[in-house]
Amino acid sequence: MYGGGYIFEESKNGHSEEEDQIKLQKFEERIAAGEKIEPSDWMPAEYRKQLIRMIEQHAHSEIIGALPEGTWITRAPGFRRKLALMAKVQDEVGHAQLLYSAAETLGKPREQMINDLITGKSKYSNVFNYPAVTWADTAVIAWLIDAGAIINQVANSKGSYGPYCRALERICLEESFHLKYGHDNVVFLATGTSQQRQMVQDALIRWWPPIMHFFGPSDKISVHTETLMRWKVKMASNDDMRQKFLDMYVPKIWELGLTIPDPKLKKNNETGKWEYTEPDWEEFKRVINGDGPCNKERLAVRRRAEEKGEWVRNALLRPSEKYTVPLS
Amino acid sequence: MKQLTEIQTKALKDLICRIADDELILGHRNSEWTALVPILEEDIAFSSMAQDKIGHSLALYQLLNKLGEPDPDAIAFTRKEKDFKCCHLVEYPIGDYDFSLMRHFLFDKSEAIRFDLLSRSSFEDLANIAKKFRGELKYHTMHADTWLVQLGNATEESKARMQSALNQCFPLALGIFEPGEYDEVLSSENIFPGEKVLQGMWLDSIKIILDSANLSIPDIDTSDRSYGGRKGYHTEYLKPLLDEMTEVYSIDPNAEW
Repeated sequence: MYGGGYIFEESKNGHSEEEDQIKLQKFEERIAAGEKIEPSDWMPAEYRKQLIRMIEQHAHSEIIGALPEGTWITRAPGFRRKLALMAKVQDEVGHAQLLYSAAETLGKPREQMINDLITGKSKYSNVFNYPAVTWADTAVIAWLIDAGAIINQVANSKGSYGPYCRALERICLEESFHLKYGHDNVVFLATGTSQQRQMVQDALIRWWPPIMHFFGPSDKISVHTETLMRWKVKMASNDDMRQKFLDMYVPKIWELGLTIPDPKLKKNNETGKWEYTEPDWEEFKRVINGDGPCNKERLAVRRRAEEKGEWVRNALLRPSEKYTVPLS
Repeated sequence: MKQLTEIQTKALKDLICRIADDELILGHRNSEWTALVPILEEDIAFSSMAQDKIGHSLALYQLLNKLGEPDPDAIAFTRKEKDFKCCHLVEYPIGDYDFSLMRHFLFDKSEAIRFDLLSRSSFEDLANIAKKFRGELKYHTMHADTWLVQLGNATEESKARMQSALNQCFPLALGIFEPGEYDEVLSSENIFPGEKVLQGMWLDSIKIILDSANLSIPDIDTSDRSYGGRKGYHTEYLKPLLDEMTEVYSIDPNAEW
């Protein structure tokens, strides 16, 4: 599960000028022609840097994203839900593995990435800094956060870097099952007893602001990313993805008789665009920078897991073997 | 198989319930490791095996249901602690990975042999399930064996940890083979040869791997066997586990979740 949008650093002006202009031109021509860039191909330093940053944060989001849902595996009601949730969270961990491997092809070892995660140097999707308060929260996450992730990841799978695209194609296939699981779960709650209905309504109210934040700040205030879009690192604007999400899922939410906590939310038939209350971007920034309801807990859990597992990893090391960058 | 007598039915239900409860509780415990295992690849493997265990318990509860018991969700999510027949080994919290791996090794070795024996059971429904599970257990034990041999021969810390995990788990694991009141019926009707036979085969089987792992097996005669689970006497850890497991389900057991 992942939503991009806020992960790009502002590029320093002129970075491309330091590159070999002939190679750069060929590189851009290949991308424009729809070719994939592979690990051993020449690429601008800035392209490599931004890709590592993006794929690494995506990988972190999968492993951290497994935490809020993972805590509900032991409480899932009934065999059907328990087995499905176990498989779903396992998938998320598998996505992290695929993505760390994809990022490694660009030259950064997994250990270093995980170290940057637990020291707070590297970010992950903001949405996981919110708690899954009840069982219904896990249903809403599995449906709507995974739906958002699919929109983002399907776009990114058409990008230019081969290993990342291939990982995303596989990830999207699995995410589409998560979405079905989540939807089924929400339908059962929304059409169940009054208590179940209340649970899922409350969860939707809690999760709506993080869902609106999911695709990142509005285009008006986000970092300019023309070069990254030309290089097919970033594939769609934050607002475009948010519009697509609203278009696909708001009718489905309303169909279930649930109320979305935004009185301004409606589709403007003239523009074909959704209108909504502007999300609180100050809160978004605050949470991203570490001051959300669960940031400290999430990192503490991850750090503890790393520390507790160190002896196992040490016991697997063979001093005679050297680290090599994987090729795909 | 001919029509079951009352005592045979009771014996069968008791056997199936013991196995199913072990699988459910250990599958539940092992699932607590999801996203927290020391290595990502191992996280995925451990989750797969936990899912297998929960799946096994479901299939066995379905068999109980066929024998006249309530549906699997009701059996798993509404029974009281004293009605569970799991052994103490599976109830313990996950601890560090040394404990969880050692438990996984000792338990799954016994399960692999148990299902192999049950695949020849005169009770055909159980034999069919056992044949399927046996195939899965082959991979679980291969996984456990590989880890044991690696960790038992790696660093000073890993060796010491695995030995102390074995010392802790061994008496608990002997509780898997707690004699049951229907052992004779099960064996004379060729349903299951009994816990004593299983324990003997298990000891032979773990010894091979523990030797390769350079770990010493505690003396069985002086080990304080952790009995009681099969009769409903549990450790302090089971009740909180069940409270957690049924937390959502018990909000409304009649609702569809």
